[in-house]
Amino acid sequence: MNGLLTISPSPHVHTDDSVRKIMYRVILALMPAFLWSVFVFGFDAVRVTLISVVACVGVEYLLQRFVLKVTPTLHDGSAALTGLLLAFNVPASLPWWIIILGAFFAIAIAKVSFGGLGANIFNPALAGRVFMLISFPVHMTSWPVGRGAAPDAVTAATPLGMLKEGLISGKPLSQIQGSLPDTTDLFLGTMGGSLGEISALLLLVGGIYLLVRKIITWHIPVSILVTILIYAGIFWLISPEKYMDPLFHLLAGGAILGAVFMATDMVTSPMNAKAQLIYGAGIGIITMTIRLFGAYPEGISFAILIMNAVTPLLNSVIKPKRFGGTPS
Amino acid sequence: MLKTFKLGGVHPPENKLSADAQIRELPLPAVVSIPMGQHIGAPATPLVKKGDKVKTGQLIGRASGFVSAHIHSSVSGTVTRVDQVPDASGYPRTGVVIKVEGDEWAEEIDRSPELVRACSLAGHEIVEKIQAAGIVGMGGATFPTHIKLVPPKGMKAGLLIINGVECEPWLTADNRLMVEKSREILVGTELLMKALGVEKACIGIEANKPEAILKMKEATVGFSGITVEVLKVKYPQGGEKQLIKAVTGREVPPGALPVAVGCVVSNVGTAFAVYEAVQKNKPLLERVVTVTGRDLKQPSNLKVRIGTSLMEVITYAGGLPEGTGKVISGGPMMGKAVASLEVPVTKGTSGVLLMPGEQSGRQPQLPCIRCSRCASACPMGLEPFLLMTLTQKSLWERVEKEKVLDCIECGSCSYSCPASRPLLDHIRYGKARVGQIVRSRKN
Repeated sequence: MNGLLTISPSPHVHTDDSVRKIMYRVILALMPAFLWSVFVFGFDAVRVTLISVVACVGVEYLLQRFVLKVTPTLHDGSAALTGLLLAFNVPASLPWWIIILGAFFAIAIAKVSFGGLGANIFNPALAGRVFMLISFPVHMTSWPVGRGAAPDAVTAATPLGMLKEGLISGKPLSQIQGSLPDTTDLFLGTMGGSLGEISALLLLVGGIYLLVRKIITWHIPVSILVTILIYAGIFWLISPEKYMDPLFHLLAGGAILGAVFMATDMVTSPMNAKAQLIYGAGIGIITMTIRLFGAYPEGISFAILIMNAVTPLLNSVIKPKRFGGTPS
Repeated sequence: MLKTFKLGGVHPPENKLSADAQIRELPLPAVVSIPMGQHIGAPATPLVKKGDKVKTGQLIGRASGFVSAHIHSSVSGTVTRVDQVPDASGYPRTGVVIKVEGDEWAEEIDRSPELVRACSLAGHEIVEKIQAAGIVGMGGATFPTHIKLVPPKGMKAGLLIINGVECEPWLTADNRLMVEKSREILVGTELLMKALGVEKACIGIEANKPEAILKMKEATVGFSGITVEVLKVKYPQGGEKQLIKAVTGREVPPGALPVAVGCVVSNVGTAFAVYEAVQKNKPLLERVVTVTGRDLKQPSNLKVRIGTSLMEVITYAGGLPEGTGKVISGGPMMGKAVASLEVPVTKGTSGVLLMPGEQSGRQPQLPCIRCSRCASACPMGLEPFLLMTLTQKSLWERVEKEKVLDCIECGSCSYSCPASRPLLDHIRYGKARVGQIVRSRKN
């Protein structure tokens, strides 16, 4: 001892968990689904993901270093995670320059301009995705064929896209159904879709890891998925000849990816269980409303962003139960 | 399933290195420094002056005011000065410094080890003896025990809860006391029950102390109305409100006393001190202290005279390890880091924890990522992230409305924050400011 003792207020011990560990664990949880997308889409999946991650990390670094003139915070892993999630939400065939524009929007507009990590209102990856979807609708809805598709096919459609197109062109549901993948295909992930959204099974594996690691709680994913099941179930029970079954809605499209990985983003989701249940239900309702009645085949990105905007309100109105008191 | 409290809580690594170390008696130090304020409330008034000869157990400080406690000499010898002395708070306090000469005890104290169970005293006489012995809560809060035993008018306790939880990591003093002095603790419990006029007592012990649970359960045979409740390990279960919730399922309302839900809580150390005071006429002049740390040679549980310096305690356990960066009086979650090893052991010192240098600092603080782990960890159902932000912005009305005064300063929020934010530092400040505002409103 050099004669000097450290003085600080209690507590004197700290969890060995950190922001960085949380970010890297979420990245780890995404790996099974990522490897599957490499298997299905081949090198394109690697290409899109690499560009997206490098662009997100690069944009954040350059802005912090040269515009904000602060110490860059790449080590927290949050920009890399945004890059990975952004890649998960786009077709594997997306041109490099659109990915970079999307990454720029996600990091520069949706994250850094709000004040950086922890201060953003909207999920950066989803903001970037919706920016690309609105700006480059053709590129963002051309889905590459994956392994197992017909050998002469160049592009595939997502199951939700096929459904929406079919219904708009006036085909009866029974006829469309014949061309849709069955439940097993949807669950395992052998249909067209965004890079990371296709395998419900492997996304759920990642989700279970996050639950076990206590990075997420069950409230948001379960609330979203149950709401989707109920909403789709009601319409299906009323007229099964017009609406697809609830399981289809659960497994097709981005419901699982959205519910497990996008809506659970800590920064942009509510902070207590009751508010999280309401937030999840809101996402489920908006998603299904867009899918069944909107112009877009898929609506979960919009639904999450809309509920992101409601989050501060939920946080200030819904309080946790206080010890010895009644919930206000 | 084991009982526990519902809201929040954390589970830091337990590190109870000294759980099996038998209580040893620390040899008498050459000098003791006994602060007059070792309890919550007004400090005692010194009754001795420089040059006075004192005996072990002699009253040297008289309680001043309603919330206060007597102070006794822990040694025999000569008073060398009555002066400002350091204590764990870092502020100088009035204290009596005594040079130790022999070990001559006051005549009325029975020092034999025989267990004395029979007691013919009435309830109020027990309370008087407890008050005379200067007993305060020995779990760390140091609230004068005799006040707790006389509930405000119109209130009646139905259950005495004895706190054997010892939820602070590292500490094992209560554990050892339960293992080695189980019958004495139960007699003390019986006396407290009589003083309170209750028929039932429950001893809450966390499941990580199997030996203490076994010994206490064995000893309860022959004591009617006393049961042992094994609790799930969760910090801060030793908090009064959390323990009552765990044992009875009742929640003490904000600002109310435990007796509002019919409970009075006392620590096992306190129960033991009550036994010694009532049955052996021995005032509170020594206590069991855990001295421990990763690099300490011999993590120990020592019976230490009040006023002995931390240095003496550490030296007896193998000396201050090379590279020690922090010395904590108490446990790692709520203990106080001391600036000097001259700081004395007082009635509330449950342990001395030595932290290696590399674990003594804090991690750099990152922005809040709104993970809400602080809120999930808060045993009072508060939102620490919000209290911190509101405090930083000096929005005192909102800080008050968000129940900052309910905070028990257990540290679960700061402990669990992955961004290493000093939540409790800010909340303490907010609590102090709101406390001032509330008091000035009443005046």
